Amino acid sequence: MSVDTALTQVPASAPAEASQGSRVLRRLRRNPLAVVSFCVLTVAVVVAVFAPLLAPYAPEQTDFANTLAPPGTPGHLLGTDDLGRDVLSRIILGSRASLQVAALAVFTALVIGVPLGLVAGYFRAADSVISRLTDLLLAFPFLILAVGFAAIRGASLGNAAVAIGIAQIPGVIRVVRSDALRLKSLDFVAAAVVDGASDLWVLRRHILPNATSVVLVQATVAIPAAILGEAVLSFLGLGIQPPSPSLGTMLANAQQFAARAPWAAVLPGLAIMILALAFNVFGDSLRDALDPKANRR
Amino acid sequence: MRGYLLRRAWQSLLTLVLATVVVFLGVRALPGDPALALAGEDRTPEALAAIRREYGLDQSLPVQFWRFLTNALQGDLGTSIRTGQPVSSMLRTALPVTLELSLLAIAIAVVLGVGAGVVAAVRRGRPAEWVANALALLGLSVPHFWLGLVAILYLSVATGLFPASGFVPVSESVAQNLHHLVLPAVILGTGLSAVIMRQTRSSMLDALSTDFVRTAEAKGLRPRAVIGRHALRNSLIVVVTIVGLQLGGLISGAVVTEQIFGLPGFGKLTIDAVFQRDYPVIQAVVLVTASSYIVINFAVDLLYSIIDPRVRVTGDAS
Repeated sequence: MSVDTALTQVPASAPAEASQGSRVLRRLRRNPLAVVSFCVLTVAVVVAVFAPLLAPYAPEQTDFANTLAPPGTPGHLLGTDDLGRDVLSRIILGSRASLQVAALAVFTALVIGVPLGLVAGYFRAADSVISRLTDLLLAFPFLILAVGFAAIRGASLGNAAVAIGIAQIPGVIRVVRSDALRLKSLDFVAAAVVDGASDLWVLRRHILPNATSVVLVQATVAIPAAILGEAVLSFLGLGIQPPSPSLGTMLANAQQFAARAPWAAVLPGLAIMILALAFNVFGDSLRDALDPKANRR
Repeated sequence: MRGYLLRRAWQSLLTLVLATVVVFLGVRALPGDPALALAGEDRTPEALAAIRREYGLDQSLPVQFWRFLTNALQGDLGTSIRTGQPVSSMLRTALPVTLELSLLAIAIAVVLGVGAGVVAAVRRGRPAEWVANALALLGLSVPHFWLGLVAILYLSVATGLFPASGFVPVSESVAQNLHHLVLPAVILGTGLSAVIMRQTRSSMLDALSTDFVRTAEAKGLRPRAVIGRHALRNSLIVVVTIVGLQLGGLISGAVVTEQIFGLPGFGKLTIDAVFQRDYPVIQAVVLVTASSYIVINFAVDLLYSIIDPRVRVTGDAS
């Protein structure tokens, strides 16, 4: 953002933001990848919300007359697993769990990371303390954190989400901090300070709104990472507990009979990949739309 | 330069000490009385008291911490509850497996990632860039443990091309050793290469638009020399950082891959320890992970200032 446009935003920040919003939307609409990924995400979210209504069977419902039925079996579009549970129903409810964990994890990371990042970028004194905390958190890789969390608080969907969220805090702090540092040096912030605005006011009314795009992009990166993280944790038995359907536990379970029923091992993984890919593609398009200069270069 | 390095060294040391405190307190926050776990069958109050005395569990927390710290510095990380072996010797057998796997994976990731990144930047707007970008997005989105499962299913079980699980030390047979590690290393490596590719591509694009590259082109250097000697060399600085961070993360990041391929490495040690509540091992594993991450990070900063003279002058690595 150039200094001129930043300055014009001070007296009339609302209309300027609105026009930027519509510009971004227009750019997104013109990008076929963005449109496709957005459609996939919309379908995924709708399916997740109405999962219990859409799934043809209850995910825990066993059918011992129909175990390891291949995809295409009448009544079981994507086949069944070793207990005769419908793979499609379990993928639908598993995806819902993945999205729940991802939403909760990213929410946790943003609620803690954004204020810390803003403060670190704005107040020099706080920066060194927060940076040490970030370093410390980074030293405990995601799995170690999650493993410790599961050991102390027990393995569950909520605990897995919080553990993933905590592991994502350093990333959020870093990007928000550097954006706050950049914004702080711009003239419109200096103008607000000269005008007698308090630090809190400047942070809330000037820095935070302008840092929104960075936060948005970081969130779209964090969501697929959280989806993959949930799958890993549940696969290892540290996340969602069976018999609750989760894409990760489905894969762990399918490991035992994968040679006889490859679909039970392949399909849940494909579901994870499609979800993560849609978020990653949309995140990329969003970043390009928010900052077309970075794309043209 | 010296001031910068001293400051970084001090910060790393501080983080290391803090990490040790967190590990120490974290293990003590775990539910369950370690004395009970250590006692096994003999759970009389006298036996428990003797164990608490022996392991110093009856001392105050600061005293216990000091003991933990001094023992750890001398290489004594306690004894595994599960196996009765010294934890340090368990680490000595597990770490080389993970290190070999990590180094192989990183090597694969660098070759693929830097290669694809350079191609994507140089062939900007052509099909080659599209393919490289699409592959990187796929690499970021695929669950790697699933890729491992599928690979075992179709490359090991179905065709017998690769062993499905197990490990052979280098000392026994180099060929066998590599045969067991190829599949897990490729799967780990392709995932990492996606991140390296994206970073290389964007740094290369930056470098290709700089004046020194235009100068190099203008004075008639062959494109190969411009790309290799001028643009790529400058882009590698950021890539080195990423690779360093990945190596630090791999020490524990290989957990799932090791689990799937049945490799007796650090990850397997971690998972076994967690599921069997083997507190001394958990403590040691977390400590080793955290400290190796911090040390590698510091080493990357050192390397950074060696590769890039600007860091030495301004003392700013970011």
